[in-house]
Amino acid sequence: MQKLGDFKLPHFFNYPPYFTLQPVRETREKQVQLWKELILDYCRTQKIFVIGLEEEFPLFSNSVIERTLSHEAREAFLSALISEGRAEWLDKGHRRCLILWHRIQDWADIILNFVKDNGFEDSVMTVEEIRSGIESRGTELHGIDRTILMRALKLLEQKGKLAIFKGTSADDEGVKFSV
Amino acid sequence: MADFFSKAEVTSSGRPVLLRSEVECHLLSSVDIESEDNHHFYPLKSGLLILTTHRLLWLPSSSSSSTSSAAAIPLHAISHIFSTKKSLKSMFHSPRIRFQVLVSPDGRLFDPASGSGSSSGSGSKSIVLTAVVRGKGDCDGFLGKLWESWRARAWECNETSGSGSGSGSGTGTSTATSGGLYSSDGSVRMVGVAGILRKEQEMWESTDKSLQDAFQDLNALMSKAKEMVMLAEKMRQKLLSGSSSQTSGANDEDMGSKEEMQDWLLSVGIISPVTKESAGALYHQQLSRQLADFVRTPLQRAGGMINLIDAYCLFNRARGTELISPDDMLQACSLWEKFDVPVMLRKFDSGVMVIQNKSHSDEEVFARIKGLVTKPEALRSGISPSDAAITLGIAPAMAKEHLLTAESKGLLCRDISPDGFRFYINLFPEIDPRDVYLVKDYGICNTWIKAVSTSGLK
Repeated sequence: MQKLGDFKLPHFFNYPPYFTLQPVRETREKQVQLWKELILDYCRTQKIFVIGLEEEFPLFSNSVIERTLSHEAREAFLSALISEGRAEWLDKGHRRCLILWHRIQDWADIILNFVKDNGFEDSVMTVEEIRSGIESRGTELHGIDRTILMRALKLLEQKGKLAIFKGTSADDEGVKFSV
Repeated sequence: MADFFSKAEVTSSGRPVLLRSEVECHLLSSVDIESEDNHHFYPLKSGLLILTTHRLLWLPSSSSSSTSSAAAIPLHAISHIFSTKKSLKSMFHSPRIRFQVLVSPDGRLFDPASGSGSSSGSGSKSIVLTAVVRGKGDCDGFLGKLWESWRARAWECNETSGSGSGSGSGTGTSTATSGGLYSSDGSVRMVGVAGILRKEQEMWESTDKSLQDAFQDLNALMSKAKEMVMLAEKMRQKLLSGSSSQTSGANDEDMGSKEEMQDWLLSVGIISPVTKESAGALYHQQLSRQLADFVRTPLQRAGGMINLIDAYCLFNRARGTELISPDDMLQACSLWEKFDVPVMLRKFDSGVMVIQNKSHSDEEVFARIKGLVTKPEALRSGISPSDAAITLGIAPAMAKEHLLTAESKGLLCRDISPDGFRFYINLFPEIDPRDVYLVKDYGICNTWIKAVSTSGLK
């Protein structure tokens, strides 16, 4: 079986029509579904948060069968993810796409669990600490995309679980938990 | 009583079968034919009246086809045509055409083909037939043409030319068997290849003359048209007899050119094309029927489906003169829906239009395509329209249409790459999205993986 790093690729990755956007509706629906699953799967295992449409993305080309997804196809598959709430465009030009293999709500729950597990119920942490501190090492929060983290924290703030306060620069934004 | 008229043969699409060198001149729709004393036959109601150089044909309209069949009145049997009287009364009537026909002693319409005595002897009795034109046809025009055709006595020319060509071929064979350098009439008999060449030369010279004469003016062309067809026919017969008597002398090249010539002459085509002039308002209807008859042979050759453009070219070539416009062609084809003809016009999603047999089934084509794409080689690298064209024995453009149709049915899916446009068997429905790594032990997906893995693509 073909592999991409340590990611196991399915058999149909070598099926040339998989890389051509299919015009027939039923076939296309199935193709889009398979691509969505593969993109989410790959991003989850490889901890990829952002896909740039114009950049090289290992999943979007197959050197074995010499096929590459067209820009149109890439946009179609990512748009399908967006319509399901599993991705978001980061810019109006649709060049960068944020992949949410966990939805924002799920990320928020992961943060809460992290806080509870570490006994931070009433502590203060910087945002950077959550992303790359010793405590988060080995959890899914380690290396999380800043945009996603901020969105999840804001959601928790709305629910009254914490308060975000600003420091002098963007780097030292802090969080006061009150779970 | 019902078989007062001799029966006229019609094709399966409802066009009359014409005699040798018979040409259609004019058509009128919704015509009744009745006799004044009405006891010879049941009146023929509301049919299509066709005037040819030899006959008057009455075809029932499709709705009433069960009650009466097509009837023919040989112009030969007509003894008098009455001129129409313009009166006040006639303005309120449907226009009528009256003519007198000879009746044989057994109470049937006089038929020259049956050979029941000479016309003067047996035609002792005659009755007057009236054609009542209920449609909006050009009645005066029809009458004029009727006069013309009747006076031209085309049936007599036919008899003489028929016997002439018969005796011609007879002498041809007799001279071939009898020896001697001189033929019976004293001229130097032409022998061997040189003879054939000289004969052909002579023929060409006379053809050239005919052509020059013919193009003098259009009227001359019209009258020469029949001669031209006869000439072509004669040349074909000459060529045929020539090739049979020349076995050793003729070389391959000679034979090749002869065959080509024969093909060419055979494709001289439709003797009586339906024209706007002759058919008037019925033009498209009649054209449609003629086209349906015509396309059957090319269709058969092309495997049940032919590109509309190809059919158009073939049809116009067969017509020779009196070419039709693409628009007329399209209209004629779209009228097929209304008639009971064995062919139909089909439009593919891509806009390509084809003529196909009604019996032609996509399922059969799909089955063949499926057989094609499940071969190991095709599983690995797909098929292109030209691959399919070779296997299916059709034109690449048609093959592509078939493949696209198969794709839209979910049988195939496409692969567009720098290598070109290829089609693969559709594996998408086989893949389980919940477990993309699962491979069933059976099914096309498994076959595909095996085919791909044997090629070392892993």
